[in-house]
Amino acid sequence: MALVGFLILFPLVAAIALFCIRNNQARNIVVIASAIIIAVASVILVVTNLGAGYTPFEFSSEAIDLLCSGISIAIVAVILGFSWKYKNIPAAVLAIIQLVMVLVLEFAFEVELEVPYGLYFDSLSLLMTFIIGVVGSGICVYAIGYMEDFQAHEPEGAKDRRPFFFGLMFLFLSAMFVIVFSNNMEWMFTGWEITTVCSFLLIGFTKTEEAIKNSFRQIIMNLAGGIGFVVALYCCAFMVGTFSFYDFLVIGCQKPALVALAVTALAFAGITKAAQMPFHTWLLGAMVAPTPTSALLHSSTMVKAGVFLLVKLAPIFMVCPVPSLMVIMVGAVTFLLCSFMAISQSNAKRVLAYSTIANLGLVTACAGVGSPEAVWAACFLILFHALAKSLLFLCVGTAEHHIGSRDIEDMDLLFDRMPRLARFMMVGIMGMFIAPFGMLIAKWGALVSFAQADQVALILILGFGSAATFMFWAKWLGKLAGIAGQPENVEVTVHKSEWASLLLMVVLLICGCVCLPLISAVSVEPYVVSVFGVFGQDISTDNLWLACICAAVVFVALFAGAGKTTSKQKKVPVYLAGVSRDDDNRSFQNSLSDSSEAVTRNWYLESVFGEKKIAPIGVLFNSLLMGAALVMVILGVGIM
Amino acid sequence: MTLIQILIATVLFAVLGPVVGCLLAGLDRVISARMQGRVGPPVLQPYYDVRKLFEKEDAAVNTSERVYVVCALIFAVLSGGIFFGGGNLLLDVFTITLSSLFFIMAAYCTRSPYAEMGAARETIQVMSYEPMVLFMAVGFFLACGSFDVAAIAANPAGPAVLQIFLIFVGVLFILTIKLRKSPFDLSMSHHAHQEIVRGMTTEMSGPTLGLVEIMHWCENVLFLGWVGLFFVWGNPVSWILALVVVALVYFLEIYIDNNFARVKWQLMLKSAWLVALLGGGINMAFLMLI
Repeated sequence: MALVGFLILFPLVAAIALFCIRNNQARNIVVIASAIIIAVASVILVVTNLGAGYTPFEFSSEAIDLLCSGISIAIVAVILGFSWKYKNIPAAVLAIIQLVMVLVLEFAFEVELEVPYGLYFDSLSLLMTFIIGVVGSGICVYAIGYMEDFQAHEPEGAKDRRPFFFGLMFLFLSAMFVIVFSNNMEWMFTGWEITTVCSFLLIGFTKTEEAIKNSFRQIIMNLAGGIGFVVALYCCAFMVGTFSFYDFLVIGCQKPALVALAVTALAFAGITKAAQMPFHTWLLGAMVAPTPTSALLHSSTMVKAGVFLLVKLAPIFMVCPVPSLMVIMVGAVTFLLCSFMAISQSNAKRVLAYSTIANLGLVTACAGVGSPEAVWAACFLILFHALAKSLLFLCVGTAEHHIGSRDIEDMDLLFDRMPRLARFMMVGIMGMFIAPFGMLIAKWGALVSFAQADQVALILILGFGSAATFMFWAKWLGKLAGIAGQPENVEVTVHKSEWASLLLMVVLLICGCVCLPLISAVSVEPYVVSVFGVFGQDISTDNLWLACICAAVVFVALFAGAGKTTSKQKKVPVYLAGVSRDDDNRSFQNSLSDSSEAVTRNWYLESVFGEKKIAPIGVLFNSLLMGAALVMVILGVGIM
Repeated sequence: MTLIQILIATVLFAVLGPVVGCLLAGLDRVISARMQGRVGPPVLQPYYDVRKLFEKEDAAVNTSERVYVVCALIFAVLSGGIFFGGGNLLLDVFTITLSSLFFIMAAYCTRSPYAEMGAARETIQVMSYEPMVLFMAVGFFLACGSFDVAAIAANPAGPAVLQIFLIFVGVLFILTIKLRKSPFDLSMSHHAHQEIVRGMTTEMSGPTLGLVEIMHWCENVLFLGWVGLFFVWGNPVSWILALVVVALVYFLEIYIDNNFARVKWQLMLKSAWLVALLGGGINMAFLMLI
């Protein structure tokens, strides 16, 4: 209990301190110290409670309820302030609607719903704690070096806004802890809104026109999701009669018809936050922010809050067909189409963004299926996605500062120019899609659960989506693998703090893959058993051992085998259909005795997988689907 | 216990796989020659070729290429071991994909424009056949109730093909891509007239190219093993049936190889996905709903 409170409050204190500290040296020390404390506290909480079932804490306070209302007002004030400044009417309207709804709920009806057990944790919360506390803090440490370079690239005399940046990062972590530990849904909602507004401010951090535009897109979509959450709160107050999330889940499983509207509204909130189509554009727009922000949004916070909520709702989806079908289809269509669109992108951050959305889609679909096996797969997808994606974002951020581009085509020869970073990036990429890494094991679990649940459409979507995934990762990997001569090594200037967090992510990813059976046994399975009471393991330990052997071969090949400079082999120039002149630049003597340079680019298959072609399909389909689901739930059609 | 069984099978496959694959490749060349009105080389010609490759000078554009090719070979052998050791079919499929990935990286790492072009095409080939391969594994699961090859082969209810015939047809279609036969040999072709230089293997020579050849032998044996699995059930006689079918399928692939010109990637991708969608989709829906 004390530790839970500490994890919520300490990042908050750190955030306030960072808002105030102007001195670089002092700030660096505070960031590193706080990050280490948060990470250690998270690990202690997780390790001392391995395999814990639902553990509630008796904790309620009128004052906190009032504080939550106060925070809601403050959040809306911030949004209104920015809407006024940048003349954005929709954001202001949505913010006011939400505020009115919250205040009416709180004060007009005098709803007396005490939640005696305000805080709780279970194995899923603990898994999230690990992700937020360790991966999230790691990203904060990385940001120290990154933001120093970022500030150096700013024009002379620009205001140093790093206190604001770091303050927001830690506030974000605090809000995420509120979401995963709150049993009181009103508190959870407050955390939910804080993450929304934090990411709004972080996306708009650079204050360029594009950043402002994208940040408003984010806030509009997430305010809509927030309104969905408030609708769910109304349903809880007047139909279900409780604000306790645990009780809500228990009642929901017994009387699905009663909670159908609330679950649909909550699922809608989760879908907006998890950036599922048609709301995927806010996450794509978020990449204008400095890279640590993207890493934080994509891997350990924000979108993970969305899928966390959906996975929590999984047992209700199992008995409640309309919202279940909505969530399954929205997630599956998003997975398929975003995997397709990733093929047509050459901007590394955009590829990562599409792949994030696609993977969240898969988690969403698993949550929608709601069977024990599907929830097992969803938990692992969340974990490994957080590890691999944070690693990749941080790698791309560092590469961007040293090669001056985030375009994959410019990452030619990265294997020579930044040998260690390129290998880290390759591990991250492989971790995202290929056996024997955790991500694929999770997909495997998803496939098995779909097969058992007779979901033929989901299997088809998984098959085609995974094939597309192979294409866009493999060609990026190929680009990284290229080797020629001895170009200058530009990675010597990478900051120590960046190496530290990159190394942390690689180690976590590798450990995660090696210890997968262990993680399953002590963390994910207990959660599944505590929720469903049963669990049938599909992937035998023998297979996981084989996966470990494969992993070992891959790591040895990447870190010890490839890229050696000494060898007994005779070195020959590349064949260029002419006399080679400069092997490193691939230039050769052409028929006029001039030099020609051979240039190749990767394939982006724009004509088949272009955004313009595919995005409208998903947007239209998912919008119609969610609209139909909402109408059906309100009319009470299709509910038992 | 299964783990040890698979590791033993992997060692055996490392020895026997190339031998069988080499003989198959020799037969392929003889049959192809006869179809073209030639006498053709001796059956052991592929073996002589590879032996000669290992005697050649060890030259390369960089040191990493060999490392990646060796990885590709290791994973190809391991997936053969998983399959013939009775292991998990999904793991088998994933491992052979890992092998393809390393082969792609080997081609990319040379930075030869021709090899890069071949590698890009290879990624499209993988993308084309991957869904059908996955549906094949799911199809076996739906038909026999297990992903384990041992359990599928011992299925008491008759051959799986009776229940997953459409999936079998789909697998036959993508088998042409997997065996690198024309019209789907986009990434590297053994028909000199339809290739720009040599695709993926442009920069591979001597022993490295020899390893690539051995890898293909192993792959071919594995893929034909998949075909055979459709016809094996608890009855020992079924093994003979499976061998006959495999022989017929291999002959069919050679026939196709000699009678079709290479297609563009668009046609390959679209046709392979359509086959996967229809064959896999209809068959799986049928099994699930009935």
